[in-house]
Amino acid sequence: MAINWNAFWEWANPRKFMWWTDRALPVIAILAAVIFVIGLVWGFFLTPDDYRQGATVKIFYIHVPSAMMAINIWAMMLVASLIWIVRRHHVSALAAKSAAAIGMTMTLIALITGAVWGKPMWGTYWEWDPRLTSFLILLLFYIGYMALWEAIEDPDTAADLTSALCLVGSVFALLSRYAVLFWNQGLHQGASLSLDAEENVADVYWYPALVAIAGFVLLFVALVLLRTRTEIRARRLHALEMRERVKNA
Amino acid sequence: MPDLGKYAGDVLMAYGVTFLLLAGLIWRSLARSAKVKRQLKAAEERKSHG
Amino acid sequence: MIRLLWRDITLAFRSGGGFGLGLGFFLILVTLVPFGVGPEGDMLSAIAPGILWVGALLACLLSLDRIFALDFEDGSLDLLTTAPIPLEGVVAVKALAHWITTGLPLVIAAPALGFLLHLESTAYRWMIVTLLIGTPALSFIGSFGAALTVGLKRGGLLMSLLVLPLYIPTLIFGAEVVRRGAGGFLVGTPLAMQAGITLGAVALLPFASAAAIRVALR
Repeated sequence: MAINWNAFWEWANPRKFMWWTDRALPVIAILAAVIFVIGLVWGFFLTPDDYRQGATVKIFYIHVPSAMMAINIWAMMLVASLIWIVRRHHVSALAAKSAAAIGMTMTLIALITGAVWGKPMWGTYWEWDPRLTSFLILLLFYIGYMALWEAIEDPDTAADLTSALCLVGSVFALLSRYAVLFWNQGLHQGASLSLDAEENVADVYWYPALVAIAGFVLLFVALVLLRTRTEIRARRLHALEMRERVKNA
Repeated sequence: MPDLGKYAGDVLMAYGVTFLLLAGLIWRSLARSAKVKRQLKAAEERKSHG
Repeated sequence: MIRLLWRDITLAFRSGGGFGLGLGFFLILVTLVPFGVGPEGDMLSAIAPGILWVGALLACLLSLDRIFALDFEDGSLDLLTTAPIPLEGVVAVKALAHWITTGLPLVIAAPALGFLLHLESTAYRWMIVTLLIGTPALSFIGSFGAALTVGLKRGGLLMSLLVLPLYIPTLIFGAEVVRRGAGGFLVGTPLAMQAGITLGAVALLPFASAAAIRVALR
């Protein structure tokens, strides 16, 4: 089936974007809330304790999804930045900006829940373990990216420069990941969820975790749409104010 | 309420911090959305009237 | 291009900025550390590679905003964008000048400061080698950060925030080589990785920096 790419990009036209998100956002938001609650209630109340980790296993229903989101949101920002650079879609740049704060929150959640879990399990809140360290570095990248957005007044200049930072930052974030692995072998277990995860994690834990992940993804989609809508309005507001200033001068 | 055993404090703290952070994020997103919406409306009105 | 290089180097010397300032900062940092952690020689020699590397990194950071800021203020950066050599070349030359005035003196001073920190005798060689390989990366990565923040008021603090995370891989591999070298282990892998980062940064980042400057001057 041939895909009509022009029709596809049409959805990113700001006016059209505002039109369809206006209708889709409430649905997605409600869906996100429902699935988020189901996933966490299931995980929190209805799963047995792990025989070794006790009740701390319940932390994973937030730790694992937030950690996944922390990385995937950066990847999404990278894609959005590339689309901005190549096709100059304003919505794309603003979506990247909107996603950054969510990604930073997810990184923080992953770090804090990891620390809380690590205290009873590893006997310490913080260990310079490769994964923990990588997430700390990721947090620094998010902070830098958001700070650059805040610092530049002109929206297009800000979009260009932050996209450049996102591109270069991605390369260095990957490099840091491998450098950190090299620097310390670490005590974090391997990825606890992957596509063949049934082997790693029993079904009782696996299904609620899947629902929780879906909840986090939907929550992110809802938030990013809401925030992008806000940014589009802010951009329009900025343009109107500039025009007023010109007229009054 | 499930019996969380000796790790009750840790588990509840993890969930509590998560909800606090997420609530903060959602609240800030909504607040900014409302503020920008209001300002834009005012600016559009100024434009069409003034 | 050669003339631009000379111009930047002589400017750095004359204004007394980058050259002396970075070295002085390096010296002060190394002097302060023993006050902070205590005078025991064993402890100092254990952390010496890390301190020297972190010190070099911070000293390098200190003079980064000078790469473009002065030229931006007096308008010569605008002139340089219309010069017959491509902006990428200008950026690379400026980063090179920054390395010669900041990175190279740090490499030369590091062994002397190593004495103060009881750096192990087996580690000197590797300290110099890694700094020599690693500091160009610091200058080139830094020029990218400087390019991103060139048009901003009070861009200096923001630039540190952007640049320091990018320095992490260089720092890790650099300090790792010295630590391994001091212990008499094999250093090939981290050394090769560090060299790779430097070569990659020197080859590719001028393009990103030049793009950022074009945006900032638009």
